[in-house]
Amino acid sequence: MTALLEIKDVTVDFDGFKALNQLNFSMAPGELRVVIGPNGAGKTTFLDVITGRVQPTTGKVNFKGNNLAKKSSEHQIVNLGIGRKFQTPRVFTNLTVTENLGLSLKRAKGIFKVLFNPLSTDNLTRIQNILERVGLASKAQSQAGLLSHGEKQSLEIGMLIAQDPDLLLLDEPVAGLTDRETEKTAELLKDLNQDHSIIVIEHDMAFVREIASTVSVLHQGSLLCEGSVQEVQNDPKVIEVYLGYPEGAVHA
Amino acid sequence: MTETTNKTVINTSTPSKEWIIFGVLGVLLVLAAPFFLTGFQLNLLGKFLAFAILALGMDLIWGYTGMLSLGHGVFFGLGAYAMAMHLKLSVGDAGNFGTNLPDFMFWNGITELPWFWQPFSNFGFTVLMVLVIPGLLAFLLGLLTFRNRIKGVYFALLTQALAIVFVTLFIGQQGYTGGTNGITDFRTLLGFDLNAESTQKGLYVVTTLCLGASYVLCRWITKSGFGKVLAAIRDDEVRVRFAGYDPSAFKVLVFTLSGCLAGLAGALFVPQVGIVSPSMMGIVPSIEIVIWVAVGGRGTLAGAVLGAVLVNAAKSFLSESFPDFWLYLQGALFLGVVLFLPNGIVGLFQQFMTKKTALEPSEELVVSEEGVAK
Repeated sequence: MTALLEIKDVTVDFDGFKALNQLNFSMAPGELRVVIGPNGAGKTTFLDVITGRVQPTTGKVNFKGNNLAKKSSEHQIVNLGIGRKFQTPRVFTNLTVTENLGLSLKRAKGIFKVLFNPLSTDNLTRIQNILERVGLASKAQSQAGLLSHGEKQSLEIGMLIAQDPDLLLLDEPVAGLTDRETEKTAELLKDLNQDHSIIVIEHDMAFVREIASTVSVLHQGSLLCEGSVQEVQNDPKVIEVYLGYPEGAVHA
Repeated sequence: MTETTNKTVINTSTPSKEWIIFGVLGVLLVLAAPFFLTGFQLNLLGKFLAFAILALGMDLIWGYTGMLSLGHGVFFGLGAYAMAMHLKLSVGDAGNFGTNLPDFMFWNGITELPWFWQPFSNFGFTVLMVLVIPGLLAFLLGLLTFRNRIKGVYFALLTQALAIVFVTLFIGQQGYTGGTNGITDFRTLLGFDLNAESTQKGLYVVTTLCLGASYVLCRWITKSGFGKVLAAIRDDEVRVRFAGYDPSAFKVLVFTLSGCLAGLAGALFVPQVGIVSPSMMGIVPSIEIVIWVAVGGRGTLAGAVLGAVLVNAAKSFLSESFPDFWLYLQGALFLGVVLFLPNGIVGLFQQFMTKKTALEPSEELVVSEEGVAK
């Protein structure tokens, strides 16, 4: 089976500091992969390299057979089918919830296309479906800036659904959410995984156990180990650098 | 289901009200004003309406997209100079020195009309250049800055530097531009005597029509999906990239368009005022444009038009009576607006309307009044 995403020997060197160091990573279509690791392990840089925000110093990133290092700009990579959610929710606060979703919909996004093609009825139906899916139907006409933190998280996930990427990158999607919201997010992710491949970066081990099939552990810019939640949790190397001793790990 | 019905209500009712206001104003300005105002007043109003076109262009880039240009006078000036060149060439040998050359060239010892002046004797070419020259400059500047992701204060400083460069250039090249004094003493436009009241009336009507067309164009852009992307760029440009758009392309296009509108305003201004000089493209007039938009209400097209007309009317009135006082007042006005009326006059009006309608359970008015992107 060909990999959806393949990272080969990628090093990112920030003036001598190697945020990523000879990183190798690969994932198959349809996977839901969780990436964990201590602070400074290179998790965010890992996403930056995939999305084109940071160019690898050496090495290659392949997505669906395209070499991403050659793509100069983020939006081109996005249009290949990679969606990214940042750590803090980033929605367009001056636009309404519906407009935020309309903007994100998967369609031609060149300047003239945007100018001359209004949203079709199909597009509007799709927006309506997404509103219901992420639980924001009652806020459809609210300005996004007036939403609560949790609602903004939902909206941003909705925007990613609208974008309909093949690969979805989520940076700590449950940071700052209540237990109830975390639970809902876990359900939503499992649901999304039906038709999208997903990479989640997460600290919350309870949440990781809830959603993950495979976990990759990053440490000092390299892959430390990879496996099921069970395997990773019992791996002495992981306990050493990240989880701490089993007693602590349970509550980490 | 209720959502969709709500949406159709919003889409049909509010714009029609807006177009009624637009139509009434249009009829008043085009048909009524020429009969009720004196020639002098009409001329002033025509000048203000030309400024309103300039303000629309500023609003597109600053109000809607969040790019503050402090050198927009340059684009205005380039349009104005292009028109002035045509008007000057139309004088022919009817000028005070009996030469075919523009008078200032004669004084500067230039004996032959420079090659880049020659095609401006053609009116069609001039009209084209009025749009193309400022547009091209804006396009190139935008391409260089936005592709390299220069924004915010750095962009503002860069445009300010542009104003200094052009003022210096136009003063320095006296033989070709008329230097500090600029270009003046025009006689005819397309054979019509510029001093005749009927010609001035005609220019006023043309200006009003151009303003109407510019407004419709800007409104179409800001209401389309394109306008939403502009608002999104103002919010969070990085996020726009991650939604799959190339913000620099959008910014280049809107900046170019803004430059074209400024050029058009300049070309309409010159025959009505009868002079163009480098002082009209410097930093101070450039900042004044920003003040008009801020006073009227940034991010609302009606606000830009209103601000340009009101501030300039106040300026004419006050600088006639208290010439020293105007600059202080203008400064105070800007401070006052920034501190107390961040959304300008239109914003205040909207606030008032929202409060009023909040009593009645109707959602429509909250969404838009006077073509405001919310």
